[in-house]
Amino acid sequence: MNTKVILEKKQFDITIDRLCFELIEKHGDFSNTAIVGLQPRGIYLSRRIYKRISEILNSKKVLYGELDIAFYRDDFRRGNEQIVPSEMNISFNVQDKNIVIIDDVLYTGRTIRSALDALTDFGRPNKVELLVLVDRRYSRHLPIQPDYTGISVDTRANDKVKVEWKENAKNDLVHILTN
Amino acid sequence: MSKKFSQPHLLGIKDITRDDIELVFETADNFKAIINRPIKKVPSLRDVTVANIFFENSTRTRISFELAQKRLSADIVNLSASSSSVSKGETLIDTVNNILAMKVDMVVMRHPAPGACQFLSKHVDAQIINAGDGTHEHPTQALLDAYSIREKLGDVKGKKIVIVGDITHSRVALSNIYCLKKLGAEVMVCGPTTLIPKHIESLGVKVEHDLMKALNWCDVANMLRIQLERQDIKYFPSLREYSMLYGLNKERLDKLNKEIVIMHPGPINRGVEITSDVADSAHSIILDQVENGVATRMAVMYLLAGQQG
Repeated sequence: MNTKVILEKKQFDITIDRLCFELIEKHGDFSNTAIVGLQPRGIYLSRRIYKRISEILNSKKVLYGELDIAFYRDDFRRGNEQIVPSEMNISFNVQDKNIVIIDDVLYTGRTIRSALDALTDFGRPNKVELLVLVDRRYSRHLPIQPDYTGISVDTRANDKVKVEWKENAKNDLVHILTN
Repeated sequence: MSKKFSQPHLLGIKDITRDDIELVFETADNFKAIINRPIKKVPSLRDVTVANIFFENSTRTRISFELAQKRLSADIVNLSASSSSVSKGETLIDTVNNILAMKVDMVVMRHPAPGACQFLSKHVDAQIINAGDGTHEHPTQALLDAYSIREKLGDVKGKKIVIVGDITHSRVALSNIYCLKKLGAEVMVCGPTTLIPKHIESLGVKVEHDLMKALNWCDVANMLRIQLERQDIKYFPSLREYSMLYGLNKERLDKLNKEIVIMHPGPINRGVEITSDVADSAHSIILDQVENGVATRMAVMYLLAGQQG
């Protein structure tokens, strides 16, 4: 098993900053936009982005939520391990809002499809966009593409892309594990 | 490391572990959030068909299971003994196998015979959930009761719970004892000698025959109904006398120098085991129990269904 680091501490912060500015460029003061992180692994990125955007805008009113997609997955009862749900926290009205869904890695696109289903059960958003830290290109099973990308990588199917966060590991790090 | 429910069926609390119970609670938290939002439905069980087979009367349990199934997007069929071919002499296994031949994945069954669900689980190819088997167990009731205590008091561990009434004929009592003990609570049973089974201390519970002493000891009082339909002989002189000695009323609660939580699994016989003013008071979490019933049953079915495929 070989490990190749593709993003580490310094670039990591710069990348997150760039993503925040891209979001602000598009969404202005975030008065009608909400940030939604996907449980369980997208929330580390979404919490950082939420914090950074609130700092840059000097605002405490940015809407933020965390969405769990366990009950919407298309591989439930398909012979894999028990899918245990995580906490869901959407305390604002989704109706007519612009929503930015945030996840760490975009691979097949199936998680995002489930997230779209889960999100629309809270109301009809005006627009939904997708932000990911790592886009694994050419590996989609569904016609889903990110609107904001931290880094794009070309990987093989049996590679693994791993994102580590200060909050759950020691450092901020993205690396690829290859066999 | 993924968490997993340890049993393929839910036949009784006796068979499951503390981890299983905690997993049901964690999952039920999510479902409780879902049933309190405008769209109360998730698509998880859209490819699952459930048969609800009730050989005994039921209001709450049946509707609760049915709503739980609908909110998980399962397809359901309902069968009650009085309106089925059971009254024409068909055996239990035949009835269920005929239903399963129509491609049913899960069976929720209530039956007057203790052990009926256990028996069925050995003879048919479907996941079985016990919705009450005679005087034996009623596992989902115990789960929702413990979940309601956890919600009201923060934790079940270390809490003192007294179960008052017809312990001998109550499946709710037995399942509650198993569940609460597994979660680390202290449990007492209280009632007339004739309605407390011999050797019940072997389950690790205290026995008390004086209601006031029991109430003074406890944090939570779970009041049970007198199961007249299961009593083939007289166990006490009259309902009036039972009510005088073991009925919970405002006067008794006022005498306590603390607040306790009042529970009842339903159906209530108002004026017998509990008076209306107590049942409808702020101390009572009877309707919270009903609400939590849907969430915990959704959790049980979600966790069991997730094992298939």
